[in-house]
Amino acid sequence: MGLKENLHNISEKVKGTKLQTTFGAIHTLFYTPKETTHSGGHIRAVDDLKRTMTMVVLPLIPLLIFGMFNAGFQYNSAVNGFSENLSFFSTGFWNFDNFWIGFLKVMPLVLVSYVVGLGIEIVFATINNHEVEEGYFVTGMLVPLIVPIDTPLWMLTVAVIFGVIIGKEIFGGTGMNILNPALTIRAFLFFAYPTWMSGDKVWVTGAVERVNEIAAGANLDAISGETILGGLAQGKQLIYSTWDMFYGFIPGSVGETSTLLILLGGLYLLYTKVASWRIMLSSVIGALVMGLIFNGVVNAGWITESSKFYSLMSTEFWHHLLIGGLAFGIVFMATDPVTGSQTNKGKWYYGFFIGFISVMIRVFNPAYPEGVMLAILLMNVFAPTIDHYVVQGNVKRRLKRLKAKTV
Amino acid sequence: MGLLSKKDLKLITDPLADNNPITIQVLGICSALAITAELKASIVMSIAVLFVMGLGNLTISLMRNIIPPKIRIIVQLIVVATLVIIVDLVLKAFAYELSKTLSVFVGLIITNCIIMGRFEAFALANGPFRSFIDGIGNALGYAVILIIVGFFRELLGSGTLLGFKVLGDPIEKTGVYAFGYENNGFMLLAPMALITVGIIIWVQRSRNTSLIEDN
Repeated sequence: MGLKENLHNISEKVKGTKLQTTFGAIHTLFYTPKETTHSGGHIRAVDDLKRTMTMVVLPLIPLLIFGMFNAGFQYNSAVNGFSENLSFFSTGFWNFDNFWIGFLKVMPLVLVSYVVGLGIEIVFATINNHEVEEGYFVTGMLVPLIVPIDTPLWMLTVAVIFGVIIGKEIFGGTGMNILNPALTIRAFLFFAYPTWMSGDKVWVTGAVERVNEIAAGANLDAISGETILGGLAQGKQLIYSTWDMFYGFIPGSVGETSTLLILLGGLYLLYTKVASWRIMLSSVIGALVMGLIFNGVVNAGWITESSKFYSLMSTEFWHHLLIGGLAFGIVFMATDPVTGSQTNKGKWYYGFFIGFISVMIRVFNPAYPEGVMLAILLMNVFAPTIDHYVVQGNVKRRLKRLKAKTV
Repeated sequence: MGLLSKKDLKLITDPLADNNPITIQVLGICSALAITAELKASIVMSIAVLFVMGLGNLTISLMRNIIPPKIRIIVQLIVVATLVIIVDLVLKAFAYELSKTLSVFVGLIITNCIIMGRFEAFALANGPFRSFIDGIGNALGYAVILIIVGFFRELLGSGTLLGFKVLGDPIEKTGVYAFGYENNGFMLLAPMALITVGIIIWVQRSRNTSLIEDN
């Protein structure tokens, strides 16, 4: 008797008891059950929730693996010096040494995210007596990708508990949440433990220990390990080339650095029609427009080098898409079908403001360098309002046409 | 309890649980969010409200037959304002630091919806003794929530209780901080106070399902 029959037998045996939801979830995870979902977030499409979720998790896996390599690469760069202008397939990046350092740091984050998050899902499903929904599969993968590599595991646990319960379960679970759960988790970490979520000590693993070693007299060739946004906010010179930024050989949260892989993932999501091209395109436009406005302000000479905004404002407008988490946010988080706008016209406004506000927060508030998180959460809140006005506008237009006809 | 009849006792016990001014009537939320970052401030605020509500309800009840209905709001405001100014001056004289922490929120007790609500709903229609009891009861109901919220916010946000470092010293890394624990800065921000009040409401209503409103 294989695993499949065993699982099936257990599922049948516990039917009607409190354990039904738990075993049902395990059963569904490994095999396709006969029953399909009848309601939920996928209601607008013919796909079931499991397929939609799998489609989003797939392009995240290359990012996770890249993140592991990059974590090791950044660590070795910090210790041994940064090698510039590597090509994307350089063995200076893709080697086992880098991978293993990153693997040991990133895997615990993934495990904690899934075990804690799914644990809460199962508890709530058992209490409320409904099936465990697949919604957490994407969130659980997103969470380790958007936190700094050295985030303590207990902090992540607290944040996941908060994010899943307050961000999702109290609204009624998957498909009912107002805010993107993964971003709620990150926002919680950001406001609760700011020293672990920003600054120059958290993006490269072991940075705090290295600073202590240097203070104790160790001769380490240390790059500061700041993110590009953090460096620019302080008006520092960049040591990274544009290609480094595009390939993702830069410090940052685990999976957000590689614009190249995010771009490929985005194309995949568009090809499978899981994500909305309207939101992606309008977000990019929004970011570029805001970037152009800032560049224009600098070119017009209204902002001089003495201003603290100068170096971020004078960053070339399209560089904003390469640095920080903007690209990741646009492709994987703004396009969340549950929390985004539903109407086609609304998606244009929703996306545009995400890009626009992200770049604005980046430049004007150096204390919150990662504006894309706050911008997406803000627009999540406004998405229903946008949809309301789009629908009302449509109603009004058609009423007018009706009147014109009857008169 | 020889002093209070069963009916009067209910005036005190009801607002503590099933008719709590904050969690059930959802009044007086602003001050509950603003000053609960420290337990000490919550306690002082509770005492201030207790004083104002008890005496205010008593005063209004004594005057209830001579207040012309058309200007009753003005009369009520004058009574509250007088009592609040007394509290404010006492705090400034004897606990200056604390009165700075509470800042405008002592003054804003005047606009605390619980007080005006009890004047309107109870003191204007009941005798002085019952009104006084009702004022005390509602102020205690307010105090319970403030102290619970203040307790959790100070403990998790600053790692202290009433200023004592109960969790150890975050800079010296003693106590729980030795294991890598960190204070949760989010607890000190107002949104977390709202979420804490929300969680209290959640717990209360899941224990007593008759409190859940239909909609």
